Amino acid sequence: MSVLQEISPNVKNMKQLEYVVLARRASQIMEELRKGARKPYSEVIDVSWGDPHRAGVKPLSFVRQVLAACLYPELVNSNKLPVDVRQRAQRLLGQCAGGSIGSYTATAGIAEIVHRVSEFITRRDGGAPSHPENIFISAGSQWALQNILKVLVNSKSSPKTGVLTPVPCHCTTTLSIMGLGAVVIPYYLSEEQGWELQVEELDRALESAKGVCNPVALYVINPGNPSGHIQRRKSIQEVIRFVSEKKLFLLADEVYQGCVYGEKSEFISYKRVLAEMGPPLSDTVELASFHSASKGFMGECGMRGGYVELINLDPDVMKYIYKLFSKDSCAPVLGQIALDLMINPPQPGDPSYPLYNVETQNIRTMLVHNVKRAFEVVNSLPGFCCQPVEGGAFAFPRLHLPPKAIQKAKEVGLQPDTFYCIRLLEEAGVLISPGCEYGQKEGTHHIRFCIMTSEVMMEELLRRLTCFHTQFMKDFS
Amino acid sequence: MAEIYSDLIPRVCVHLSVFFYVSGPESDIGGKRRAPDRTTTTTKIKKKKMSQQTVNGVPSRGKVLTLDNMNPNVKRVEYAVRGPIVQRAVQIEKELKEGVKKPFSEVIKANIGDAHAMGQKPITFLRQVLALCSYPELLEDNKFPEDAKKRAKRILQACGGHSIGAYSASQGIECVRQDVARYIEKRDGGISSNPDNIYLSTGASDAIVTMLKLLVCGEGRDRTGVMISIPQYPLYSAALADLGAVQVSYYLDEDKCWSLDVAELRRSLNAARQHCNPRVLCIINPGNPTGQVQSRQCIEDVIRFAKEEHLFLMADEVYQDNVYAEGCKFHSFKKVLFEMGPEYSSTVEMASFHSTSKCYMGECGFRGGYMEIINMDPEVKAQLTKLVSVRLCPPVPGQALLDLVVNPPQPDEPSYTTFMKERTVVLADLAEKARLTEQIFNKVPGITCNPVQGAMYTFPRITLSQKAIDKAKEEGQVPDMFYCMKLLEEEGICLVPGSGFGQREGTFHFRMTILPPTEKLKVVLHKISEFHLRFTQEFS
Repeated sequence: MSVLQEISPNVKNMKQLEYVVLARRASQIMEELRKGARKPYSEVIDVSWGDPHRAGVKPLSFVRQVLAACLYPELVNSNKLPVDVRQRAQRLLGQCAGGSIGSYTATAGIAEIVHRVSEFITRRDGGAPSHPENIFISAGSQWALQNILKVLVNSKSSPKTGVLTPVPCHCTTTLSIMGLGAVVIPYYLSEEQGWELQVEELDRALESAKGVCNPVALYVINPGNPSGHIQRRKSIQEVIRFVSEKKLFLLADEVYQGCVYGEKSEFISYKRVLAEMGPPLSDTVELASFHSASKGFMGECGMRGGYVELINLDPDVMKYIYKLFSKDSCAPVLGQIALDLMINPPQPGDPSYPLYNVETQNIRTMLVHNVKRAFEVVNSLPGFCCQPVEGGAFAFPRLHLPPKAIQKAKEVGLQPDTFYCIRLLEEAGVLISPGCEYGQKEGTHHIRFCIMTSEVMMEELLRRLTCFHTQFMKDFS
Repeated sequence: MAEIYSDLIPRVCVHLSVFFYVSGPESDIGGKRRAPDRTTTTTKIKKKKMSQQTVNGVPSRGKVLTLDNMNPNVKRVEYAVRGPIVQRAVQIEKELKEGVKKPFSEVIKANIGDAHAMGQKPITFLRQVLALCSYPELLEDNKFPEDAKKRAKRILQACGGHSIGAYSASQGIECVRQDVARYIEKRDGGISSNPDNIYLSTGASDAIVTMLKLLVCGEGRDRTGVMISIPQYPLYSAALADLGAVQVSYYLDEDKCWSLDVAELRRSLNAARQHCNPRVLCIINPGNPTGQVQSRQCIEDVIRFAKEEHLFLMADEVYQDNVYAEGCKFHSFKKVLFEMGPEYSSTVEMASFHSTSKCYMGECGFRGGYMEIINMDPEVKAQLTKLVSVRLCPPVPGQALLDLVVNPPQPDEPSYTTFMKERTVVLADLAEKARLTEQIFNKVPGITCNPVQGAMYTFPRITLSQKAIDKAKEEGQVPDMFYCMKLLEEEGICLVPGSGFGQREGTFHFRMTILPPTEKLKVVLHKISEFHLRFTQEFS
């Protein structure tokens, strides 16, 4: 018998992703296309991840120029790069041990970058102070989240530790919770109200946990993934009051704060609202806020740069959090630099500013347009109902599948929305993900696709979807 | 004995409504009982004493997350390489910057295996390709050689949207895994390697922790035991503490150049079986902190032992290019396994780990690495796939870098000459420094230094008098921490005490890297030698 037959039950309990099936088939299809197979499409459109570059959005020139100069410092002396790029690279290299981005950094990140992150947070939050010693830069925000969860979750405890998590919710967080031996306590977002978070639902979820597990934390993601909803100030206040009352740790995943599309929508950070609510809440509510270089206009997912800011934690617990981060050595240096560039972009007057401005404005315009188009087109298709995408990277329309389709899915052993996605992939060459991956109300189905794409890709995506969907609904009527 | 808390400032949280904060250097923390620091002569920054009871004016009893209810495993995590002595070193650096007078003008951080930090230059070819990947406009620049451009184009082709900013598959970019497999085949004399068994990771550490996460299970007496050497690289002990696994220590033989003896493995295993279920055997080769390069015979013995005792083998081979001593050679566990024939090669379950942080590249900041899994059950692989998915993907620049490491310039390519020259110089330098270190330290009465056969460190044994040991106790420190702290304060040299890696009871060591440039290393070696003589004198 293999040694490995005995593996951690926590790992076994992590649910298998639907994505694996879809991705495998997508790979095969791409291989078939490469070998010249004839299909109704010549390439697969992959909008299954919140990955702007994969979906055709171009990297920002300034960012890539600085990274290149940091990678190959000869470029710092080359007049092919703008002066501010070279200065920035020089400054950053000066902050690296041995002047190289190949060196390890301090555990929480390059001190000057951590400092600038805290300044960014203060600026963003209308002056609410942020202390560098409460910030850890990590290899992506989920890495930091996992470290914080690790401190919160006692895998040996009985009853198990519980974390309130939204439905729908992107799977990395729910998988992490399960992997640590904790329990997900789902709270349902209100689809009809644009995926709003309602505090009564938090109450209900918490009640349901009685006797089942020991709730220690509430995880919110704002702007939502996959929901696309942006929380209003009032809602944030309600959540803060809720966690305070129920003595829960608040995990605020805010990686999509740079992705706001609705004209009337505004991202307000949990930290800011907390600070504005004043004492005693502002001194007592324990909060971890997460941000990342992966989203927003920069979209540098592959660099793996993110951070967590910890508010009002017990200083003795902070010491252990430090140790936990220290055994990971440090975040990838390019990820740290990407973060720095995100929060300190070129300013008016800088040589790189005009191009930077044009590029970011273009991306913004493109995304706003994509959202509008996706909303229009999807809602025009019978069987689809899409809530407004106020922010984030995705559309998450509801799909009313005909009973025959649901039946067929059952026959082939697939979730109905996975079945839809597989068919879409095969027949139209579009890779999206099924709502069951994220959780949804029983009997409902959804699909998720990324809207941070090039305009061309969005149009093509919508065209193929329309074509496929019309046929699909006909086939299963 | 009541906990004595350092009066240096802990990491405090901002009091939001009234903006007062206490700034200060990173506190000297280590979860160890430690007397207030009266022995140092530093100018202490004005501090506000924080009582244990109140934090930000609120009783800590009122906190949601406290020492009492936090994950108890996390409290057992220690990582000496970035531990209290390093925090003190950082503090001293700050003081120097502020103009505080000390007997030295800089702190030499010989605590961490970071080659670039010590002045080693990056390999030109690697950085050229990465710059091209980052900003493909540079492909038009004729200052970059053709072979660099070719590789950059190939890597970009394999990335989503042709950008290194896109996520890759969680297991890593396919063509990189293919290249890694080919590298392994070449290295191991043609023994085949399947790209599907290669998992790229965020440094080797990430892969090591992932495997341990997968393997650790069971309750009470059935709790998984993981065998690891004493001394060991403290990532292992930290990960095992974090996972609540049982650490099963086996001693390397200091008198025999830190070699591994199967009899010792057996002893340790049998003792462990009384109280846990040992299922994993970890071995670091070349060794960290010890630098020993295991003989081929030894590796065979270990493999045989693993098979007999039904253990999963984890072979940490991140220093595989760092071999210096005459007569020493790196033998990969995979190669030896397969050369032992199908009885072993088709049954022993193993994972080998490699990284871009060491060898001749020293690119620690990229967090690039991989593991190769041998003989893993497909069902278990499915579980592993789930685990790696929560990391999303390893840093793409690190993956690209790894691709270049396993696919370096060939003799007929333009960058070959420069590449080989740079690589040779780095490794030759390290070999020279290894030799120098052993030579100089062994001249000092009270310091015994085994040959640095490989890796990047020396782990000499130091003799401490009873008087010194007693004084350390008085200070609330373990003796080698006391020694190293004193060295830091007096000479500005930061080492890591042997207690951070594990050592036989009653023995003391420190780990020093051999990375500073040769001239500086000579100075460091002499300063430590002189310090040791002074110290011995003071505590005679």
